[in-house]
Amino acid sequence: MTEPLLEMNNIWVKFTPSKRPEVVAVEDASISVRENEFVSLIGPSGCGKSTLLRAAAGLEIPSSGEITVDGQPVDGPGADRGMVFQAYTLFPWLTVSENIRFALKKTSLTSAEKDDRVREYIRLIGLEGFENSYPNQLSGGMRQRVAIARALVYRPKILLMDEPFGALDAQTRLLMQELLLQVWENHRSTVLFVTHDVEEAILLSDRILVMTALPGKIKAEIMIDLPRPRSIIEMESSSQFAAYKKQLLELVREEARKSFSRIPDKREA
Amino acid sequence: MADNKPIDNVMKKPRRKTRLLELRADIPAGLYFAAGASFIGAFFLIWLLLTSFGLVPPLFLPGPQAVWMELVRQIGEGILGQDVAASLYRITLGWLVSTLLALPIGILMGNFKFFEGLLEPFIDLVRYMPAVAFVPLTILWTGVDDGQKILILFIGTFFQEVLMIMDNVKSVPREMIEVSSTFGLSRWEILYHVILRYALPGIWDTFRITLGWAWTYLVVAELVAAKIGLGYRIMRAQRFLQTESIILGILVIGLLGLLTDMAFKFAYKRLFRWMARKG
Repeated sequence: MTEPLLEMNNIWVKFTPSKRPEVVAVEDASISVRENEFVSLIGPSGCGKSTLLRAAAGLEIPSSGEITVDGQPVDGPGADRGMVFQAYTLFPWLTVSENIRFALKKTSLTSAEKDDRVREYIRLIGLEGFENSYPNQLSGGMRQRVAIARALVYRPKILLMDEPFGALDAQTRLLMQELLLQVWENHRSTVLFVTHDVEEAILLSDRILVMTALPGKIKAEIMIDLPRPRSIIEMESSSQFAAYKKQLLELVREEARKSFSRIPDKREA
Repeated sequence: MADNKPIDNVMKKPRRKTRLLELRADIPAGLYFAAGASFIGAFFLIWLLLTSFGLVPPLFLPGPQAVWMELVRQIGEGILGQDVAASLYRITLGWLVSTLLALPIGILMGNFKFFEGLLEPFIDLVRYMPAVAFVPLTILWTGVDDGQKILILFIGTFFQEVLMIMDNVKSVPREMIEVSSTFGLSRWEILYHVILRYALPGIWDTFRITLGWAWTYLVVAELVAAKIGLGYRIMRAQRFLQTESIILGILVIGLLGLLTDMAFKFAYKRLFRWMARKG
């Protein structure tokens, strides 16, 4: 078993909104993700799973705890961690290939190498023929595919994904899950994936971490022992899949009920 | 609108009665432009009718012909060209000075809370002060030359412009800034390559709008101690009750303002093609 690539030890994240009591978004969470492992964080909405992911990205500074990537402490965002958001983050003034190329700005690749790399990742996400389209001309699913390519193109050590398919319609979502599954199974990389969709998490993950309602703690860890390559169609009829789904839904629902019966907090964590 | 007849002509566009005043509905482009043109036409026609039948005394409202004659006279004597040149020079300079300062300050205020906290209360205070009230002060400070006119145009424009640019800069989504930081870009690189790039169309629109305001401040700027200029011509005509000259001045200012607005809009479409939904 290889050394963990991402390690988060005893992470606490607290917010102190002005004139309101302190909110503990993440309470004493510890996570480790090994190289080439696909790990999902699931939990009810507002449970602090995104906050934990943002802490791994260096976008949120934990109140206490330590985070390391490949043994190096994290003290801000860096090119060793790629990030895909739920919101569309493509640069509207750049074409598809320019958007992907933008992520290579700080690399030492030559211009020709960058061109090759961009072409390779456009092929990977199946958007040949759209190289010169602007984001405004693309569908939501296509935009997220470009965002994924842009986060992968500079080959970060770990890919952090914050509900990347959350804004897509159900059909597109399935296709995107299939695409990500296929890309990941062919080009193993390390992924930490946040979602509230249990089926999505089972389909994609090697391991799933369930978080509690606020304050977010790691409540359970489930290994997903399903053979790869996986496919959505096969999963539909797999009894193992159904068993995982039942187990996880129960865990998540219990937490969702807790947060449902509580006064909602403005801060969507 | 159920139709029980069998569909025998599938290719035919669905015919639904289009009402002129349907909420948010599009109307034919021809109709759209015809409406605007005929309104302006009607305006001039009513003006012509009111004046030519003597319903309004010429002193209060001279007819279009009188204004036309005044235009011919002013062009012939070279007055109009001189006035337009002087006013254009003042407006361009006043707006340019305002913009050259508002741009960096607005960018700082939109990106760094410190500068927003430092400057916004002061700017909010000043921007409600009427520019016209600064006329005596500006004469005291800068004398009666072009500098004073430019200063008035600056006062009228700058304090609004800087806040608008701040808002333009703030419109960049947080996630877009965050994702850029994961590519290893520094704060300054993000500011230059992402924030300013994203805010540029909005800033361009702010330029267009504030230049329009500068035109409306022209008369105030040329209120006192001017010898030429479109605003001055209007003030002078008031003294001699040359109503046709006043109306001509107003029309010329309106027309020049419209032209600069159109030039900015045209450049916008050229510069920001990527804003278009379908390329």
